[in-house]
Amino acid sequence: MLAAARAGRSALLIAPTGAGKTLAGFLGSLADLAERPSAALHTLYISPLKALATDIARNLTAPIAGMGLPITVETRTGDTGAEARKRQRAKPPHILLTTPESLAVLLSAPDATAMFQGLAAVVVDEIHALAGTKRGDQLALCLARLATIAPAARRVGLSATVPHRAPLIAFLSAGGRADADDVSVIEAPGGADASVRMVLPEGPLPWSGHMGLLATPDIYRLVRDAGTSIVFVNTRAQAELVFQALWRLNDDGLAIALHHGSLAREQRERVEAAMAAGKLKAVVATSSLDLGIDWGNVDLVIQVGAPKGVSRLLQRIGRANHRWNEASRAVLVPANRFEVLECRAAVEGVAAHDLDGDAPPPGGLDVLAQHILGMACAGPFTADDLYAEVTRAAPYAALPRRDFDDVLRYVADGGYALSAYERHRKLFRDSEGRYHAASEAVMRRHRMNIGTIVEAPLLKVKLGRGFGGMQLGEIEEYFVSMLNPGDTFLFAGRVLRFDRLRETTVECSPAQGQDPKVPAYAGGRLPLTTYLADRVRAILERPESWDELPENVAEWLRLQKSRSRLPGRNDLLVETFPRGGKWFLVAYCFEGRNAHQTLGMLLTRRMERAGFGPLGFVATDYVVAVWSAHQPLRVAELFGEDMLGDDLEEWMAESSMLRRTFRTVAVIAGLIDRHVPGAEKNRRQVTINTDLVYDVLRKHEPDHVLLRATRADAARGLVDVGRIAGLLARAKGRVVHMALSRVSPLAVPVLLEIGRESVRAGEGEEALLAEAEEAALVAEAMGEAESPPAPQQRVHPVHRANFRRGARPSGSAVGNQGRSTLGTIRGRRQGELSLDE
Amino acid sequence: MTAAPIHIAGERLMLDPDGVLWWPARKLLAVADLHLEKGSSLAARGALLPPYDSRATLDRLVPLIRRYRPERIVALGDSFHDRHGAARLAAAEADRLRAIAEGAELIWVLGNHDPAPPAGFPGAVATEWLEGPIAFRHEGGGATPEICGHHHPKAWVPTRGKAVSRPCFVADARRLMLPAFGAYTGGLDVRDQAIAGLFPRGARVFLQGRGRLYSFTLGQVRQAAEVGS
Repeated sequence: MLAAARAGRSALLIAPTGAGKTLAGFLGSLADLAERPSAALHTLYISPLKALATDIARNLTAPIAGMGLPITVETRTGDTGAEARKRQRAKPPHILLTTPESLAVLLSAPDATAMFQGLAAVVVDEIHALAGTKRGDQLALCLARLATIAPAARRVGLSATVPHRAPLIAFLSAGGRADADDVSVIEAPGGADASVRMVLPEGPLPWSGHMGLLATPDIYRLVRDAGTSIVFVNTRAQAELVFQALWRLNDDGLAIALHHGSLAREQRERVEAAMAAGKLKAVVATSSLDLGIDWGNVDLVIQVGAPKGVSRLLQRIGRANHRWNEASRAVLVPANRFEVLECRAAVEGVAAHDLDGDAPPPGGLDVLAQHILGMACAGPFTADDLYAEVTRAAPYAALPRRDFDDVLRYVADGGYALSAYERHRKLFRDSEGRYHAASEAVMRRHRMNIGTIVEAPLLKVKLGRGFGGMQLGEIEEYFVSMLNPGDTFLFAGRVLRFDRLRETTVECSPAQGQDPKVPAYAGGRLPLTTYLADRVRAILERPESWDELPENVAEWLRLQKSRSRLPGRNDLLVETFPRGGKWFLVAYCFEGRNAHQTLGMLLTRRMERAGFGPLGFVATDYVVAVWSAHQPLRVAELFGEDMLGDDLEEWMAESSMLRRTFRTVAVIAGLIDRHVPGAEKNRRQVTINTDLVYDVLRKHEPDHVLLRATRADAARGLVDVGRIAGLLARAKGRVVHMALSRVSPLAVPVLLEIGRESVRAGEGEEALLAEAEEAALVAEAMGEAESPPAPQQRVHPVHRANFRRGARPSGSAVGNQGRSTLGTIRGRRQGELSLDE
Repeated sequence: MTAAPIHIAGERLMLDPDGVLWWPARKLLAVADLHLEKGSSLAARGALLPPYDSRATLDRLVPLIRRYRPERIVALGDSFHDRHGAARLAAAEADRLRAIAEGAELIWVLGNHDPAPPAGFPGAVATEWLEGPIAFRHEGGGATPEICGHHHPKAWVPTRGKAVSRPCFVADARRLMLPAFGAYTGGLDVRDQAIAGLFPRGARVFLQGRGRLYSFTLGQVRQAAEVGS
């Protein structure tokens, strides 16, 4: 590291967590500053987490003071007060620690050049977690601007072990290209192999469900017997449930805490501080703790539910035992049979050091739009210069000039074919062709809205009324729309009663209740990675490897083999069978739930046209199942590649996922401002529902740059069209159709999901409304006109803790979380499913 | 397309799933809250929204006028998003609006967003338009049977799996509130006091669906947060 620094070369340091890489990143800077004291800002450190920046500041200050070096260290984040900001501009510290968003704000100021021109080094921490995200795009653009201001500054990237290193090298390279040979790669020796094992709940393995609550007693024992542990789960809803379930068993009074992204910041900070101080026995956490300050005392990581990806699992395992030469200990607790296969595959993946993850996609045009306006706020530019600078940022290295010009036009006047807003431009061009921000108001508004993290509409949850209440965190508006006053729900580890909604605050009081609902958050569940799916398929294909699986699972697979067949690694198994007066089509695609959701929509459209009378579908990480009134025939044709043509276009018109994606794009690109000066009170006057904008834009200007950005995002994430395209190409000519006379063993888990999965907005809404109207009519006829709708109408799919036994599909198979209430978890054992029912 | 009949003050009125009212006996079509030129109005405040909202709104209105061939069209106020909206209307859209006025008698009921009649467009102007026993007002709350707009009613209906929200009509025996018709108009929850307070003895809501309406009682829909404007 030091050698690269002395040579002025940029460097990528790849090291497992706990190898002390953050301090290594500062070595060159400290040596340099000790030898050649300067008055200017010398080193800029950028971290994805505010807390990390604060922690590093603390860790740097002590050794610097200890050595008596005249080096100043300060942080600059969203929490930095106005006075400190002013002082930092006038007299910057030698080392400034910040986040991508705060850096973008600093660079949008007219005095950015003065502040950064003496810069010698830029350190990017956790660069693997930023590259490929919109925050990473923003940071890359900022790095390109910093290089224009201070061309001599070298870059240092600190990364965990990654499957693709070229994109990270490109990120650090001055030209944004991986092949420029201007970045030294330094790899720390790998630490000791992690010791990972699986723990199964007692009794027969659940067929479905993702919460893993049946294993709570096992998790509790693990926590009790370990020093300090982190119990990782996959969703915020699961975190609340697991936390609650652990406390029900907590006869020893162990200090077990809860941590997830929707809790109030103070709440999270309290937990983090207690963890750092060694005061906690365990913390139940979501990805909110995937990254963060090293806690040396954690000696066990428990992953409840499927790991979803090897890289993600390794990141989580790395949170235990930060001494790199000792093995990290981790335990996987699968929640159902498929998850056993997935855990098994993940254990193999970890042992093989085989990482997964997609290469970063090209940079988002929405982020570019935000950046362009920010650069105009800093000072005038010409299109040619800015284009050249932008293409030196790795995610935009291949950006076509046409896209750049379209984005620039969009920023200037909205970029519509109908040039309507000449008088309201945000940028104007002077006679020399330089672009200027149109007014102080435009600049002020822009600086208030910098950032690429866009949340769904959130409402604050407050305990108590009026001004005195305590804020617990935030939940999605859509969840609140499902609550009636008096309903109870689980949040922040408490049971709360919903009293009323006041503006954007949900007022609650403490409550008791056996059946609280659990707030869900859209997009909270990561899909299974392609790589891990492939490993699962490999296990399915090799019966000789089943010996290592739990007997329940091996038996299940053997039964599948004799009744139907197993999905192969290179084919697409599709089963059809009649059941309960309906026909079922189950496709074993293994492309992750997001892609399967989209696929389910497209399949039902095609089946509708083919006259099969599709009635509904459900998607899991492994399969998609559609049920219909008539027998699906010519099944291979259903999976033709033309599915992604008109069907997709048509669906995109009404898909709520696309609307959500568009909303994010519109907010990042500044079409809709989240914050407007002095307008907090009068929000209704200035905000507009982006769904309405989406409809109008789609109809009247389908090629607008914001729709192009939306479609690019749809290839991944919640819509995941990219994976469907890959599947259809792969399955061409290889669709294996098994027409069965009854349900196959492998199809059981997905059938159990029916009626429990949430139905997404915009999808089948007409049918849902018709159904609700019918039920309301019946309720009226029975004399309940003004009473709340019948219970079966109110079951929220995520409130599995709420699900009534009587409303279940027939059969004795019971998953774990959903169908049991929290009150009955303890001691309940589930029945075995009879396949011959 | 299935319009739903209701009775106000003994008169038979048809609610069209596309969000307008048709009064067959009087050959009268009523539409509320067009909010033409809302896009350009917000652009002046810094949000450069797609400038096609007036076009989109008229694209939906014109076929309805062709279908019903009304002799009289009542625009129930807030027809333009602000008092200068009419002047900003693009030539093509202005021509379409004039063509509408040629085929039927156009009544501009004034609203809070457009307290003055749109300059340069034909039609009668009224703060309240009386048609037989029924008054057409922008904002409801009068003593006589009435048809009103203003609040942009929208209802959330709990269904299996989730709450579905749609703009809706709200009606009791003497009052009918129309959903907002404009392309950029959001909605206010019908359970909000501003709307529910006008229907103290309960009401029926009719949610706009594809080619049909879905009907519920006010008690069957659910309170939710405000969205948009």
